[in-house]
Amino acid sequence: MDHLGFISAVYLTTFGVIIGLVAKTLKQGRDLASKVADKDKPWT
Amino acid sequence: MSNLEVRPISTLRVARVIASKDLRIELRSRVVTNQVYPFAGLVMVMFAFALDNDAVLSRVAGGLVWLATLFSLIILVQRSFAVDSADGALEAQRVAGLDPAGIFIGKAVAVMVQLVVLEMLLLLAAVVLYRVELRIDGVVLLVTCVICATAGLAFVGTLYGGLTAGVRGRETLLPLLMLPVVAPVLIGATRATESAFTSGGAAVSDGWPWVGVLAVFAAVFAIGGILSFGSLIEE
Amino acid sequence: MTSVSSTTTQTFTAKVATPTTRLVGAMAIVSLAWVVMGGLFITPKDVDQGDAVRIMYVHVPTAWVAYLAFIVTAIASACWLLSRKHAMGFDRVAGASAEVGVIFMAMTLLSGSLWGRITWGSYWAWDPRLTTTSFLLVTYIGYLAVRGLGGSLEQRARRSAVIALLAVLEIPLVHFSVLMWRSLHQEASVLSGDGDIKMDGSMLTTLLVGVIGFTCTFVWLVMHRQRVLAMQDAMQSSQLDAALRERADESTTINTNKSNELI
Repeated sequence: MDHLGFISAVYLTTFGVIIGLVAKTLKQGRDLASKVADKDKPWT
Repeated sequence: MSNLEVRPISTLRVARVIASKDLRIELRSRVVTNQVYPFAGLVMVMFAFALDNDAVLSRVAGGLVWLATLFSLIILVQRSFAVDSADGALEAQRVAGLDPAGIFIGKAVAVMVQLVVLEMLLLLAAVVLYRVELRIDGVVLLVTCVICATAGLAFVGTLYGGLTAGVRGRETLLPLLMLPVVAPVLIGATRATESAFTSGGAAVSDGWPWVGVLAVFAAVFAIGGILSFGSLIEE
Repeated sequence: MTSVSSTTTQTFTAKVATPTTRLVGAMAIVSLAWVVMGGLFITPKDVDQGDAVRIMYVHVPTAWVAYLAFIVTAIASACWLLSRKHAMGFDRVAGASAEVGVIFMAMTLLSGSLWGRITWGSYWAWDPRLTTTSFLLVTYIGYLAVRGLGGSLEQRARRSAVIALLAVLEIPLVHFSVLMWRSLHQEASVLSGDGDIKMDGSMLTTLLVGVIGFTCTFVWLVMHRQRVLAMQDAMQSSQLDAALRERADESTTINTNKSNELI
């Protein structure tokens, strides 16, 4: 494959950032959900 | 409130009072004339040091004038609201029931007057220091351009200045918010000024479409500011 | 600030996900896996661009999500301003969407400049679309800074909603003035020159799946992030209440001490 470096850089950063963002959001959500009362969580 | 008859003061009257108040403060304190204008002149000299080439300087003179104006705009706007928020004057004006649109127009007009004086000085500096040439038909274009560009800058500056007034960290936030918004003014005013200076072989007539852009910009943000200033300064 | 919630007995469910977000998340995972497989291995090379076209399957959906995010922010902000009750949900959706949008916009610019380096030979061109995109990024970084200014929730919502709507005024003006500026130089055709990609069925499908997958990712992220923001807001107000109560207790004890001394 030509330009393998560029192509893999694009795929790695894009999906890496998405995975990182998802992980951070999940962790933050879990931490907060254990501290906040259910009445403040309209989705439960 | 019930049996007191409060006659609201008209928006334009509020604007006139606020504008004359701001200008009087600046005339008496002399901060703008003794600090901001010299700063802008200094920036023009620094540009000459950095570019170090007479041909380049006269070619890009228009852009440098407007860049120096933008830098000074940040300082002018911050000062305009620092004077007010230091002793809670903005809050007092709001509590007194003054029309926020009037406050907005008044403060913008005051900034506009200070900016026009600044731009005259900077254009003079460009003629003297950067050796640009100005013909009589260029002057007409230049004056129109200065008026439209200044109106746009003052409206945007007042709008974002009001938002960041009395907020911690406003010194750093204001340029971040304001500079991207005034980018069209920098592009338009620079092109129009270059045409007026006929730098880079531009014809004076090339500048007029840009003045149109500047006028539209000023109108859009005048309306935007009149509609939203109240909710921005509301606590 | 030590024990805020332990004073009263409350039920905690350490759960942020709901069946809806799970479904959206599963759809995102499946379609993103398809994009990686299809984009990197299954689809053919482009006639003009060769393998460089594989960047498109990531770049175009990222850009789409970035723009979508800012449209959602603008609409949610308008809804907050116009809604009679000023429901904070609108404000949180606007904030969550802008946070996600800023990150996707940065990724768009990054993948775009790498793609540009291969196809045009330069990382950056003063193209109106590129310039406007970078202005959009800076504007929304400012928007997020305004959200972080502090003050009451209502204050945050009002300020940021106005900023978001002012951005709707700003961006077309920036785009138009850059367009007019670049048209003077007669070199505005960087993007249209060799940008024509003749797409066959598998390429088109992969791109479409990419758009769906990235959109699902965006929806999932915004829903979760919006819930995190809701919990943060709830925490902030409950902490405020607790601090006020503490202060009130303090003043009463001080007063009783004083009166004891007097006696």
